Amino acid sequence: MSDRHLAPDTPELRERWGKFAFNPEWDAKAKAAIARYPEGRQKSAVMALLDYAQRQVGEETETQGWLPIPVMEYVADYLDMPVLRVVEVASFYMMYNLVPVGKFHVQVCGTTPCMLRGSDDIMATCKARGMSLGHTTDDGMWTLTEVECMGNCATAPMVQINDDNFEDLTSERLESVLDALARGEQPKAGTQEPGRHTSEPGGGPTTLKDMVSENRDYRGEW
Amino acid sequence: MMTALADKDRIFTNVYGFQPWNLSAAQARGDWDDTKAILAKGQDAIIEEIKASGLRGRGGAGFPTGMKWSFMPKEPPSDHLGNPKPSFLVINADESEPGSCKDREIIRHDPHKLIEGALVAGFAMRARAAYIYIRGEYIREAETLFAAVQEAYDAGLIGKNACGSGYDFDVFVHRGAGAYICGEETAMIESLEGKKGQPRLKPPFPAGAGLYGCPTTVNNVESIAVAPTIMRRGASWFAGFGRENNLGTKLFQISGHVEKPCVVEESMSIPFEELIEKHCGGIRGGWDNLLAVIPGGSSVPLVPAEQIRSAPMDFDGLKELGSGLGTAAVIVMDKSTDIVRAISRLSYFYKHESCGQCTPCREGTGWMWRMMERLRDGDAELQEIDMLQQVTKQVEGHTICALGDAAAWPIQGLIRHFRPELERRIAENTREAAE
Repeated sequence: MSDRHLAPDTPELRERWGKFAFNPEWDAKAKAAIARYPEGRQKSAVMALLDYAQRQVGEETETQGWLPIPVMEYVADYLDMPVLRVVEVASFYMMYNLVPVGKFHVQVCGTTPCMLRGSDDIMATCKARGMSLGHTTDDGMWTLTEVECMGNCATAPMVQINDDNFEDLTSERLESVLDALARGEQPKAGTQEPGRHTSEPGGGPTTLKDMVSENRDYRGEW
Repeated sequence: MMTALADKDRIFTNVYGFQPWNLSAAQARGDWDDTKAILAKGQDAIIEEIKASGLRGRGGAGFPTGMKWSFMPKEPPSDHLGNPKPSFLVINADESEPGSCKDREIIRHDPHKLIEGALVAGFAMRARAAYIYIRGEYIREAETLFAAVQEAYDAGLIGKNACGSGYDFDVFVHRGAGAYICGEETAMIESLEGKKGQPRLKPPFPAGAGLYGCPTTVNNVESIAVAPTIMRRGASWFAGFGRENNLGTKLFQISGHVEKPCVVEESMSIPFEELIEKHCGGIRGGWDNLLAVIPGGSSVPLVPAEQIRSAPMDFDGLKELGSGLGTAAVIVMDKSTDIVRAISRLSYFYKHESCGQCTPCREGTGWMWRMMERLRDGDAELQEIDMLQQVTKQVEGHTICALGDAAAWPIQGLIRHFRPELERRIAENTREAAE
């Protein structure tokens, strides 16, 4: 299990977030999420609603977002659930931020497949830029976290920054991604290996070569 | 040497996403081609065909897929008011096993194979709907999946009277939020119900009482996505690849110290050396530089270089080596690897992902990781190797789900094959301390 702590429930926190409510955009999404489950099973939507709430908090704070206690209470009320059950869910799943994070949440995968491909260098690059594990830089830009396997093992090492993955990284490639983000640009997501498309062998696929240029239908050869 | 798998016999023709994922492109590749005719064969015929194909679950355990479907009730059981209960198909897209990255490629590049498979499988097991549980970190992949499901609804392929078959079937996407344990089927069901993902005791098995207490089958993405092609081409076509009891084609994911890591669909039972030479450009630094391989994702024990080279990559072949095919996530380690650290990092993973429900796992995973960290530096007594082995045995088999086993096996594999290395580090540390 991992150590997770809730942000303290202070008067200031209540003052800032006590009146939280979904804006119309997220409210529509929340209602659509609830509709995906049978009548009376609305609490199945708690994971989706916590995600939406975190994203709205993110929009309001220009960060990746997080879940203050009053926001969890709002979600509990929305779904007619005990608050404790919502807090349980929020603290169990790692993608819910329980404390504020920066504008960019840099999540470096450090599990063995990435480790074998050089995730130590990736982590060192982040630290050399002033980030430190579990903290947000003073300018509020960067939060650094080491995460467990993100399922990008054939394009390792990788980082996930907010909603995008950056794969096949080297220190230099990561530097240029982070520089671009710092400048307010949106660097190309996915593999950073020149000439590589996704998870095919580097230098071009060994199978299905026809598919590179043409949407082949192989049924004629069955 | 087997004959090579031809492109025409590959199921996931757009696995690399060189072509669009959307419905029109998928249909041009042959997806959703007269699905109505597949459904018209009837529930039992579909299950028999899948059984005959020899398809074994692609999520790790390798349970025969057709047989799993057949456990679902033909007549719906009644709830306490006498109303019939619906059945559900849950598709496990919570791909989180270190080394595994195949379902991601299916979802983002060939999602319609999965959605069509959901209809075929769901119909065969008489389910009312499918929930696709996709791991939370697959953010862009989930966006694609939501969009693909919407396309299928808009085209009348799912929903009321799906594909004009007269059968009503819904497909819903449910995003996780970062918990490896939700890949365990009962934890996934708990999570779908809006709770912490802590596994349930079995029995009752999900086919009797699963999601919302209704009959439920949980299948891996790949197992479901191959079903329509098997139905179109016939069980004997699929069974024409691989060895007896290990049939079909399979997405392999090769990571670590090969020249070109990749995801590739190959025939089951392909020898390890052929897989690496054909698709991965060989081992970094040559075959003499190979140290060990974890052939099926982090949960299976490692296999030393000399044993893996000619091994057939399938369920039985790897079981004979004391390991397993798992998800066919092949993690290759060359001689530059600190093997103790590599396994210790997996121990940390299991410590991090233990749900905390069972004491042997909650306490044991942390204990084992701390012990492994000491062994990295040799900061231990010789007899502690045996003590660690003993503790792994006390965790294994003593927990509700298999996470405890999965945490124990990599360490057992390390001790089995690399005990001299552990002893060397201890001796070296002792010598340095004495100087």
